[in-house]
Amino acid sequence: MMTGNEKIRIRDLHAFYGESHILHGIDLHVMQGELVTLLGRNGSGRSTTLRSIMNMVGRRTGSININGTETLELPAHRVAHLGVGFCPEERGIFASLNVEENLMLPPTVRSDGMSVEEIYEIFPNLLERRFSQGTRLSGGEQQMLAIARILRSGANILLLDEITEGLAPVIVKKLGEVLVELKRRGLTILLVEQNFRFAAPIADRHYVVEHGHIVEEVAKHELEAKTPLLNTLLGV
Amino acid sequence: MASLFDINVFGLFGQLLIGLINGSFYALLSLGLAIIFGLLKIINFAQGALYMLGAFMAWMVLQYFGINYWAALFIVPLAVGLIGVIMERFLLRRISNEDHLYSLLLTFGIALILQGVFTHIFGSSGLSYKIPAELKGGFKLPFMYLPTYRAWIIVVSLLVCGLTWYMIEKTKLGAYLRAGTENPKLMQAFGINVPLIVTLTFGFGVGLAGLGGVLAAPIYSVSPYMGADLLIVVFAIVVIGGMGSIGGAILTGLAMGILEGLTKYFYPEASTTIIFVVMVIVLLLKPSGLFGKEA
Repeated sequence: MMTGNEKIRIRDLHAFYGESHILHGIDLHVMQGELVTLLGRNGSGRSTTLRSIMNMVGRRTGSININGTETLELPAHRVAHLGVGFCPEERGIFASLNVEENLMLPPTVRSDGMSVEEIYEIFPNLLERRFSQGTRLSGGEQQMLAIARILRSGANILLLDEITEGLAPVIVKKLGEVLVELKRRGLTILLVEQNFRFAAPIADRHYVVEHGHIVEEVAKHELEAKTPLLNTLLGV
Repeated sequence: MASLFDINVFGLFGQLLIGLINGSFYALLSLGLAIIFGLLKIINFAQGALYMLGAFMAWMVLQYFGINYWAALFIVPLAVGLIGVIMERFLLRRISNEDHLYSLLLTFGIALILQGVFTHIFGSSGLSYKIPAELKGGFKLPFMYLPTYRAWIIVVSLLVCGLTWYMIEKTKLGAYLRAGTENPKLMQAFGINVPLIVTLTFGFGVGLAGLGGVLAAPIYSVSPYMGADLLIVVFAIVVIGGMGSIGGAILTGLAMGILEGLTKYFYPEASTTIIFVVMVIVLLLKPSGLFGKEA
């Protein structure tokens, strides 16, 4: 059922890269202001789910509804304008642009995005290094920049792919605080995450993806009871 | 005083001027190629033929419609750019997922067709186009005579190259282009219509060749093969400057024109090969080109 504050609703999503069939009927939804994670092993189809939402894979079938709009037939550049901000796993910082150019790059998709001042307040490192080449930043700074630029665009549905991967604990902690703050502001977040300990305390719900299917859904209050099951599924 | 170390100053400056003018054309054409290669990864072999088309269009609109040089200077690059847009949209886009060799062959085929058609209609002997009255005459400088039209070519070419460089390196639109070169998929995900940018960029790069053609019409003979001869040199220049480097293409174009002029003065026998010698040396020492980024 489509309700008023459902931001993402995916039904029976199949996705293909060339001949390979990666997603085999994903069903999920994310409500306004929710932080939902996609857990699972590497290669289970979590990143492909995000990339499918952005229309960055080959062929897709099924239904992806964003903010009430069916997007399966939309060209890739139209999806962002529904208020979706994507932060790819490889971060996608542009080497040919400096930090500020990277920050200003994504077009405004909604009017109430964060101002540059606000962003520099949250991420003071970026202010200090704003004229450095984007890829000269440390991994943590690049990750902050990758998140900051979609916040500036005004996106209020964030798709974040493995944002803590390979980062020092102090930076992971900082990113956790940022996500909590974004959630407090009412943003909707779909997070692909390997680090369950990072995701558990901040997420409202978790989906476990395996072989291109959703095999388990765990709400926050079920977390304790389902921990042994999750451990088995995730192989931790 | 005219002769210093047995150098004929007038002859030297004369060759330098010719070199600078050739360099202006090299810069315009290699800039177009660099822009197109940078964003589309297409090696546009039709660039020379489109330069020729620009020169012929200038001649034709004057001959058939009485449209003068000044109007042609705006209309022709736009028309050639539009042809580029059509080429990209209906031909090149269809093979954009194939190996780059296919687009190279396609553009090479287009070049051959254009040259064949114009040879068939106009013959290969060449047509003449009069220098506009406003740009006739010249200046007497202490060391040489500078024809106004030649000075005009240098000024226009430098201005257009400079503006293009500024647009690409310093503006938001340029940031889209540079970022689109690096990661077009992510740019789409940010909400930028990359296919449209690609089409317009191709049109712009090709339009530069059209502008070169109009500028060239009054001083070179307007002939079907005027572009083919030039293009080989321009490719060498793009290789020397570094594939895809905008500033590199402009500076190398001018520098190679001047180098060619100097060679014509000091050792004329080598003047047609000097650029290729430089290309070989650059390829051996710095394969990515003088201004290219190391791969």
